[in-house]
Amino acid sequence: MLLLKLFFAFIQVGMFSVGGGYAAIPLIQEQIVNIYGLMTLEEFSDLITVAEMTPGPISINSATFVGMRIAGIPGVLLCSIGCIIPSFCICLILAHFYYKYRSVGGVQVVLGAMRPAVVSLIASAGASILMLGLFQAELREVVVGELRVVELGIFVVALFLLRKYKVSAIAIILGSGVVGTIIYALLGAI
Amino acid sequence: MKKDYSKLWVLFKSMFVLSACTFGGGFVIVSLMKKKFVEELQWLEEDEMLDVTAITQSAPGPLPVNASVIIGYRIAGVIGSLTAILGTILPPMIIISIISLFYEQFRTNPYISTALQVMRAGVAAVIFDVVINLAGNVIKTKRILYISMMVIAFVATYLLDVSAMIIILTCLGIGLLDLAVGTFRKKNGGVA
Repeated sequence: MLLLKLFFAFIQVGMFSVGGGYAAIPLIQEQIVNIYGLMTLEEFSDLITVAEMTPGPISINSATFVGMRIAGIPGVLLCSIGCIIPSFCICLILAHFYYKYRSVGGVQVVLGAMRPAVVSLIASAGASILMLGLFQAELREVVVGELRVVELGIFVVALFLLRKYKVSAIAIILGSGVVGTIIYALLGAI
Repeated sequence: MKKDYSKLWVLFKSMFVLSACTFGGGFVIVSLMKKKFVEELQWLEEDEMLDVTAITQSAPGPLPVNASVIIGYRIAGVIGSLTAILGTILPPMIIISIISLFYEQFRTNPYISTALQVMRAGVAAVIFDVVINLAGNVIKTKRILYISMMVIAFVATYLLDVSAMIIILTCLGIGLLDLAVGTFRKKNGGVA
């Protein structure tokens, strides 16, 4: 019964979280903490911290975390599957229509107008992450004196390697983590 | 659209690696997917990747999962979607399952938190690299409408915190208007 409850809780999380991971957090809290009482608020905030520290979508991370704590591996599977069922059904339908009609002239005109905006959305996400990297703060809370020089150096070198030598993105992401940690360790800052 | 099941393994493997390395939100994985599927494997066109991003952002659910469904469908139909989803959700499932057993140590480890902090600089570089190419291509269209939409959309999302959904819907409206104006002009034989 508990497993079934979990399953339906995460179907709802998957269905109603529109617009990225952070939109899903209050929804997960509502389902897991408030409605079903499967976790305390404190456990939930630990969960969000861990979910932010690990790769992957926040809702899948939470589904796994909650599932694991409450019912082990079967819980993990059930929660994660619940979480992706709505996405799967809706996006499959959208994909079907997109590929059926995308070469129609009129559809191309409409899609053409959406593309520049998508570029900006990606750019905006990049700018936010850069600010977090360089100042550990959002744009509005940036204090110029707190610029983190190591991160700035890594950013410049990484961008240079990507543009000039086409180094793989995965190598850049993992490499920056390793190199940066070593630098901070040598500086005695850890 | 032809389905190609021989690509399933590469699709799974690519999604698995990208998902395992996606620190920091949906648009990071979109940038990685663009590099992998458009530039490296050349399975998708650049415009297509942008369309997929717009669609995934407007649909409910986690963005990486949504994008996997559509890209997988394009490569090998429903089987492709399932393969791509599996590749995308396995890494977080495995990682979190393990960490949930000792998350206190994980959360308080200073090396891990430092690595995650400096990694942001690398992630930002990857996104900027992708954005430089994408923005360059928008500028190459030489359409003032597109270039100004790009600038306004950036200011709106980054500086004014307008939600991505509203930006996309607004641009959908502008696109429909653009289509209507174009059709009207054609009907009148270019005499306006």
